Amino acid sequence: MATRVVVDPVTRIEGHLRVEAMLDGSNRIQDAISSGTMWRGIEVILQGRDPRDAWAFCERICGVCTTVHALASVRCVENSLGITIPKNAEIIRNIMFLTQMVQDHVVHFYHLHALDWVDIVSALKADPAATASLARSVSPKWPLATEGYFRDIAGTVKKFVESGQLGIFQNAYWGHPAYKLPPEANLMAVAHYLEALKWQKELVKIHTVFGGKNPHPNYVVGGMACAIDLNSDNAINMERLNLVKDQITAAINVVENMYVPDLLAIASFYPEWTTYGGGLGNYMAYGDIPQNGIADVAKFRFPRGVILDKNLGEVLPVDPTDPEQIQEEIAHSWYQYPNGKTSLHPWDGVTEAHYSGPKTPYKELDETKAYSWLKAPRWRGHAMEVGPLARMLVGYASGRAEFKEVVNAALGKLKVGPAALFSTLGRTAARGLETQLAVHWLQDEYDKLIANLKAGDSATADTHSWSPETWKPESKGLGFTEAPRGALCHWIHIKDKKIDNYQIVVPSTWNASPKDGKGQHGAYEAALIGTPMADPKRPVEILRTIHSFDPCLACASHVIGPTGEQLAEVIVR
Amino acid sequence: MASQPSTYDLIRQHGIDRRTFLNYCTRITAAMGLGAAVVPDVVAAMENKPRIPVIWLHGLECTCCSESFIRSAHPIAQDMILNMISLDYDDVLQAAAGEQVEEIRRRIMKEHKGAYILAVEGNAPTKDDGVYCTIGGQSFLEILKETAADAKAVIAWGSCASHGCVQNARPNPTGAQPVKKIITDKPIINVPGCPPIADVMTGVLTYILTFDKLPELDRAGRPKMFYGQRIHDKCYRRPFFDAGQFVEQWDDEGAKKGWCLYKMGCRGPSTYNSCSTIKWNEGVSFPIGSGHPCLGCSEENFWDNGPFYERLSNVIVPGIDSTPDQLGKALTVLTVAGVGAHVVSQLVRTPKNGASPEK
Repeated sequence: MATRVVVDPVTRIEGHLRVEAMLDGSNRIQDAISSGTMWRGIEVILQGRDPRDAWAFCERICGVCTTVHALASVRCVENSLGITIPKNAEIIRNIMFLTQMVQDHVVHFYHLHALDWVDIVSALKADPAATASLARSVSPKWPLATEGYFRDIAGTVKKFVESGQLGIFQNAYWGHPAYKLPPEANLMAVAHYLEALKWQKELVKIHTVFGGKNPHPNYVVGGMACAIDLNSDNAINMERLNLVKDQITAAINVVENMYVPDLLAIASFYPEWTTYGGGLGNYMAYGDIPQNGIADVAKFRFPRGVILDKNLGEVLPVDPTDPEQIQEEIAHSWYQYPNGKTSLHPWDGVTEAHYSGPKTPYKELDETKAYSWLKAPRWRGHAMEVGPLARMLVGYASGRAEFKEVVNAALGKLKVGPAALFSTLGRTAARGLETQLAVHWLQDEYDKLIANLKAGDSATADTHSWSPETWKPESKGLGFTEAPRGALCHWIHIKDKKIDNYQIVVPSTWNASPKDGKGQHGAYEAALIGTPMADPKRPVEILRTIHSFDPCLACASHVIGPTGEQLAEVIVR
Repeated sequence: MASQPSTYDLIRQHGIDRRTFLNYCTRITAAMGLGAAVVPDVVAAMENKPRIPVIWLHGLECTCCSESFIRSAHPIAQDMILNMISLDYDDVLQAAAGEQVEEIRRRIMKEHKGAYILAVEGNAPTKDDGVYCTIGGQSFLEILKETAADAKAVIAWGSCASHGCVQNARPNPTGAQPVKKIITDKPIINVPGCPPIADVMTGVLTYILTFDKLPELDRAGRPKMFYGQRIHDKCYRRPFFDAGQFVEQWDDEGAKKGWCLYKMGCRGPSTYNSCSTIKWNEGVSFPIGSGHPCLGCSEENFWDNGPFYERLSNVIVPGIDSTPDQLGKALTVLTVAGVGAHVVSQLVRTPKNGASPEK
């Protein structure tokens, strides 16, 4: 009889996620479901409010990928009101976007994902001298690679373990046969877990300079609130810019000399994970990082496109403004559509929350019925994966030189072909390679800001349409971005100076979606199928694949209206 | 269980010498706003006490509080987690998952009955038996009640746990309610903010550890040491308010000179928090310092007291009856009349959310 493995809570993620996997006789996953187990209703809360306030509400959808919902929100309001933001505002937003991406990816790798590959207890057996020599061979330029340094780290770990108070590291899967790193590699990774924890709070100071705080920096419809005046001690000036520049320099060092070398070193011990966890094979990116305004998609640093069925020979066009392309299904979601429909365009109005799951406390969900607070978005009927792997593949398949360069270099080091990308490890590696691109783009955007200031342009906001008196009685717009976890889009309908309707389709809703009416699995579910488990009671393998997506459930499950709210139609202009 | 070393033991094992350790104690004492006289108490506490078990629950939230927590500069998150508390349950950082992690929660509740701290991030949906947030098949509402029952005290992190925050804003579709509405028989420390400042969070925890008691709270259950004064009262832009110099629109001359943001909707005059003193991310800036008005994110119902860019109210100047619009023009008159600038601030009213904690 099949074994059913339940993982709830899935930890080291944002929000609340449940996974149930059905194993065959040889403990291989033959079917799986993922269930979002939280719902907040932010879109309903937005109705009737001032559209200029929407970014602040939306930003609170997620504090891990803080900033991305604020960015999508100001973009959708600006699109609706016909506002073009000044060049400096575009660059500052790009700097904030890239800062977020780099910080988020590094934290994900070390603090949310690494413990799936790294055995802390094994680190106790490491020889500090051998660890130092390993560290130097992995990354010759990283300075913290002495025997004494690793002896101190080993001492910290030893005393912590011997204290008997293991905190967040207790009851974990140490010693599990799926862990393959030698003790020295484990000790090096533990040291870098702590280094990354210390460093991540530094990079975000860039958000504090431009947005006043982090998490949840401030945005403004029309540009940025931080004025630039090189002759003022109370605006963005040379001292502030120097702070930003220093953080970028430090970030390049961390990414190039710690994160990416660690990633490739750890990956080299897990070659079998380039064959598990591929899943759907369909990838989608809206693209982002405008160089000439948000309307000039061709100039984006992250290109837009869709790849179907792992075919890197063709990049299909995707248009988030085209209502024909995206549908949300509810066959396995706790919602109701009118007249028994199970599939609608996101702007075709909404439904009732309709919980039909088991009464709490429950042991198991029924995969033949509704089982999630997430809907199932589909592109032209296909289930899609979004995120770093999708962006890297779209860039690679589009023939962008910088994408090909980092991807080919990594594939060469790991001695594998491009097919290895369609896997759990491919997804994790793509995140690191994307960070490598992002951290250098960060420097480029900073240089652009300086060049623009040199040219005499210090404008940061367009206020022509700030006053609601200047607005049309009714307008519609959308704002998209590439959040760290993937393609994100907000739609707004403004009527009589208020938000009439606001809708959001989020990356983790694509990735963590339940099955649709045709029985097609979402990306998490598809990626789990086929993976062998060494010890079903200790689900390390499930965590590896789920974490490779970097789940964000507060984002994914914000969706749509509660009982009976009929949301008006949004037609994007 | 093996012997439990003190924070000092652990710091020593780090290879840190006593002098650095003492410096560290002095810094965290200063961060908590306490005088040099109590440094020896801090040192003694760090030297002698085993780490307090902490269960950190997540309900309906966005995890910005956890993200803020790991931004703490003194103490850094590593010291907090490895040396100062025993963070036994926290689903954001926990190595284990599923049944293994729920087992930890139940075990800590039993083994440390009455001795563990319950830290809550987010809040509980109360509609429909709490089905809008479940963990391990159990509703968060039940988990919260069950875990609070034997806690020594409850820390309500952030505005979600303290006040309800964004999911509790009109029309509150899930019936989300803050901790104080659900747990009524335990001491609760509200640490509001969206999120709270990192060093405020670690300051609250280290205070409890150091002095073995809860910090002194105001009537809203907030630690007085961090929420005792209005942002406006300590704002470095305050002289511009008093002088009637205001930002009138984004990127104008006043914005470049860093004038007062009151007319852009700033909630500094009605918000109790440490943003204008401790500031954010190791003192780099705070919202007003980077040109954006305060949203009032640590105040009850701040989401429903908008729109954010609408100014709070008129400022009435005694004898002149002017508003900020007129105040700039009336500046000379004011000076001649000798009206003390501080008088002006006393008259800022907040008609919509008038619930100031002193009332």
